[in-house]
Amino acid sequence: MEHDNIYLTNLRDEKQNMWTGLANYFRKRSMWMLYYCTGCGAIELPPTMTSRYDMERLGMGPMATPRQADLLLITGYLSVKTLKRVIWSYEQMQEPKYVVGFGSCPINGGIYWDAYPVINHLEAFMPVDMSIAGCMPRPQAIIDAFEKLMDEIQQGKAVGYKRYRKHYDWYKRNQDLVLNRQSAVLTPYVDPFASMPTAAELMAQESEDSHV
Amino acid sequence: MNAHALTALKLTGIAFGAMSLGLLFMGLGRIVSARIQRRIGPPFYQSFIDVIKCFTKTSITHNFVMDLGIIMALGGLIATAFFVPFANFSVLGSSSVVIVLYLMSIGYLGMAMGVSASGNPNATIGISRALALMLGYKIPFVMVIMAMILTYNSSDLLTYALAQNHGFGSWHIFKYPLGFIAVEIAFQAMVGEKPYDHMIAPAEIASGPMVELSGKYLGIGFLLHAVQLYVETGLIVNLFLGGAQTWYIMMVKMFAVYFTTMCINAVMARYRIEQGIRHLWIWAGSFALLQLVYTRIWG
Repeated sequence: MEHDNIYLTNLRDEKQNMWTGLANYFRKRSMWMLYYCTGCGAIELPPTMTSRYDMERLGMGPMATPRQADLLLITGYLSVKTLKRVIWSYEQMQEPKYVVGFGSCPINGGIYWDAYPVINHLEAFMPVDMSIAGCMPRPQAIIDAFEKLMDEIQQGKAVGYKRYRKHYDWYKRNQDLVLNRQSAVLTPYVDPFASMPTAAELMAQESEDSHV
Repeated sequence: MNAHALTALKLTGIAFGAMSLGLLFMGLGRIVSARIQRRIGPPFYQSFIDVIKCFTKTSITHNFVMDLGIIMALGGLIATAFFVPFANFSVLGSSSVVIVLYLMSIGYLGMAMGVSASGNPNATIGISRALALMLGYKIPFVMVIMAMILTYNSSDLLTYALAQNHGFGSWHIFKYPLGFIAVEIAFQAMVGEKPYDHMIAPAEIASGPMVELSGKYLGIGFLLHAVQLYVETGLIVNLFLGGAQTWYIMMVKMFAVYFTTMCINAVMARYRIEQGIRHLWIWAGSFALLQLVYTRIWG
């Protein structure tokens, strides 16, 4: 899957030396996940973990707390209330950390695109390293996405956590827009991101920074 | 090279050897569980990858006591490993089982101190469960060891191992069968496998003592479990399975003990904490008591 998302900025061509390459090998072979069972995607995980598709072959396994986990799985739609908890969990995780969005809901809202308590673009609130399209993706697609993510980690491309640190003010403003909303939820829809800097502006700022 | 430097070198070797062997066992144990559940399972070196990955991550400490407690736990368990004879060989020359039991507790108490300092209530619950369980398995274990001390008038593990050198029939597993059953049940609780995994209980108290451990602390937590496996399987091999003359026989016997544990772990569910302690005291305790009384009267 190509990362042609509008929110994605260009931090990936960071210099890799031998040590980060070696560390990335161990990181990709041992991804411990924290799955946030917010939606229907959670039901696809038991077959992925157990004897049919056996995720542990890839060194992946479930972990109990955000402190121990490397990989945050957003398995389905996110309501505004859940978003707050997901952000707390994400910020408790230790770097390097990766986020995978399951199904169409974290990508564009899916069938809940016009529901007032559901957020539509997860990418606006936290960096997503891999999105799996589908409603819901089957275990084959999930395993496929994890293998793709392993490749990206090895090549040093899965750097969402660095993006989050670098553009924290942008992510924080987006989060505040929905989490601290004062107006009634059923008022006519106004795009809250209209006043935000566009992705192109962010990219330009990014390339300026990298020249310095 | 003088004698002290040589001893220090050997001790370092034992420390790293114990960690590596424990990690290897953990990897193989995961394969055993996987095959019982009709899965393929991870490669046998998976635990090494996990630990190295943990050390490449950033980590959070809460205070100085947390750092101190974790290091004290690892130090205490490695110190215990020095006293467990490996293939009839003990660097320090002495290997009293009383010292082993005493030092092992330092490891657990260090862990208790470190993770309680993290301030997470789940960690405190986990530790209180671990210490309650310790009360459950230490009593049967010590009763069996008392039976052996009564027989040999010695608390030296090497003495026990050498006494079992006269062929298969001289193993303590046949001489003290009830004691072996008691220790095997207690061992299940010692390594914290099902049905006695109250202190970890991932779905219940979010992995208990490990709940606040991140990155490098979690890596040390894995190494702790690895050294613990080395110490406890080594203890059982020396006590009951005839010790060993060569290092590979020793490793095979140690793995056999762990293999049994993993097989039981794969098919059991978790007891509640009060059920667990009652079970340990009633079953392991009565087997151990019978063994002690038998040894005292007819032994």
